[in-house]
Amino acid sequence: MKKFVRLTSAVVPLNIENIDTDQIIPARFLKATTREGFGENLFRDWRYNGDNTLKADFVLNNPAYSGKILVAGKNFGCGSSREHAAWAIQDAGFDAVISSFFADIFKGNALNNGLLPIQVSDEFLSAIFIAVGENHHAQLDVDLENQTVTIVDTGAQIYFEINAYKKSCLINGYDDIDFILNQKDLIEEFEKAQ
Amino acid sequence: MSKTLVEKIWDAHVVKSEPGFPDILYIDTHLIHEVTSPQAFDGLRKRGLPVLRPQQTVATADHNVPTIDQLLPIKEELSRYQVDMLTKNCAEFGIELYGLGHPFQGIVHVIGPELGITLPGKTMVCGDSHTSTHGAFGAIAFGIGTSQVEQVFATQCLLLQKPKTMKIEVNGTLGKGVGAKDIILYIISKISAAGGTGYFIEYAGSAIEALSMEARMTICNMSIEMGARGGLIAPDQTTFDYIKGREFAPAGAEWDKALAKWKTLYSDADAKFDSVLTFEAEDIAPMITYGTNPGMGMGIKENIPSATSQPDKEQLSYQKALDYMGFDDDSSLIGKPVDYVFIGSCTNSRIEDLREVAKFVKNKQKAENVMVWIVPGSKQVEQQAKNEGLDKIFEQAGFQLREPGCSACLGMNEDKIPAGKYCVSTSNRNFEGRQGPNARTLLVSPLTAAAAAVTGRITDVRDMLVEA
Repeated sequence: MKKFVRLTSAVVPLNIENIDTDQIIPARFLKATTREGFGENLFRDWRYNGDNTLKADFVLNNPAYSGKILVAGKNFGCGSSREHAAWAIQDAGFDAVISSFFADIFKGNALNNGLLPIQVSDEFLSAIFIAVGENHHAQLDVDLENQTVTIVDTGAQIYFEINAYKKSCLINGYDDIDFILNQKDLIEEFEKAQ
Repeated sequence: MSKTLVEKIWDAHVVKSEPGFPDILYIDTHLIHEVTSPQAFDGLRKRGLPVLRPQQTVATADHNVPTIDQLLPIKEELSRYQVDMLTKNCAEFGIELYGLGHPFQGIVHVIGPELGITLPGKTMVCGDSHTSTHGAFGAIAFGIGTSQVEQVFATQCLLLQKPKTMKIEVNGTLGKGVGAKDIILYIISKISAAGGTGYFIEYAGSAIEALSMEARMTICNMSIEMGARGGLIAPDQTTFDYIKGREFAPAGAEWDKALAKWKTLYSDADAKFDSVLTFEAEDIAPMITYGTNPGMGMGIKENIPSATSQPDKEQLSYQKALDYMGFDDDSSLIGKPVDYVFIGSCTNSRIEDLREVAKFVKNKQKAENVMVWIVPGSKQVEQQAKNEGLDKIFEQAGFQLREPGCSACLGMNEDKIPAGKYCVSTSNRNFEGRQGPNARTLLVSPLTAAAAAVTGRITDVRDMLVEA
């Protein structure tokens, strides 16, 4: 799995709430049988018109914004369990997503792929949107070891929660299958006891 | 120590629990389909691993399948490839597949229960968020991502944090024309599309206990629409009667043994839930959604809430949703023309749903302006509908009875709603573009959908029941 330790980057702000996985990657693009290539259809129907031309007013099409951090309104990733949503975000070049609230399954899927979901307070989320509004190139510094996000321009900082086990998986780049397989004897014992 | 039902089932499946780490939870049954499994099979190949317990894994093709001429090769190339890939993967890894043409084929959350695979006390997962459906039997059932599908293939286990528990009680008697779909749309409208996040929900109370198994499945199915990973209902005589005699249900001495165990599956009287909510059945009207998430629902005769009544931070998203739907706030939806009616999906495609619709439309005709699709949840439901002559009633009404699959719930196959059109739908999600790019979805019960089909407009079905 892809490692995540520290990241300093500009952000792409998407100030919309309840962004569901059908917006992140519509169902009609789930037909691939590999994990690659979903990035080109990330936010497909918000990014493109029906005739496949770009929608100029959508933030991902605005050259003023770039960076490896996506910042979005609360309840990000609700809806379907499609891991393709996490793959699409990662494939489009993002390494972290910041919101004030994440849907459960999306959060788990992101963590299982080395895409860091960072939950911050409503106030801090607003502060990020304001900072990016004032300076489109405003940078955030994400420090997983210390579990902090800092708005570089203002120095405003917040501590974020992450499960200690998941944190060590991200820092070391190993996944749940590695963890469980090393204890396979316990599974067989459990089955025998049934 | 007293425990909730979720805790009882969870604790009985913990392989290992260690402070500071997620639990290793044993999974009894793994359901798979063509969309979320291919990358997991690929992962196994890369690691050189087999499926640890193929006999505890069941596959079907549902998301991509056409609902017309299912026995012909699938026209759409990518869909055909994905379905073929499932067939190849199941053969290679020794997994039973109920694919196209098989009498057990159908939507994964419809066939599990009807085949007696879904049983009380089990842990069940599937790479699909509506796996919560199976909780209706008193099982811990939830949707997972593809990395987790691979985990279950490789280890028959998942690493998980124990969820918080919520109890939602619905007491009293439902009014005429109000059903299970209205109950769940009502609850979601009250607690929002994120109100259940982090919880497993147990539904209880006299209104829930009075429901049939299929109605209970409708309730548990939509738990995910308020963010809850799963929802469940304690098994009772209704549950046991439904299971008995089904294809893979325990029989003979095994039945007696299983039944004795199932009867211990309830939340202890003094068990502590992290959250408890109570609703009254009498307060629930036929429901309809007006926005672009399932929490944006209201009683069908109500007005769309005003934009100014929304919290400041949410006004932008709220207005965006209404603009997408082409609706004004403070207005009623009654009488608004509709273009499509879709009766199907893992929420409402079972035989009781079809019977309810058939009973209502018997000797009636669909309105000229509406296209009506009825997509049964499985081959068994389709066959049963034909055995009961429901197909004739639908034909006379001008409804199209199609072949089983997920269909227009998410439009992965050809069954898409055209841009800008309004679809009154018994499915579970009204997200932007869910049923096709720029399609507009209004979620309702099967009965409300049937009323819209007949009048061609959004209609309070209670007014038509009074006439009858």
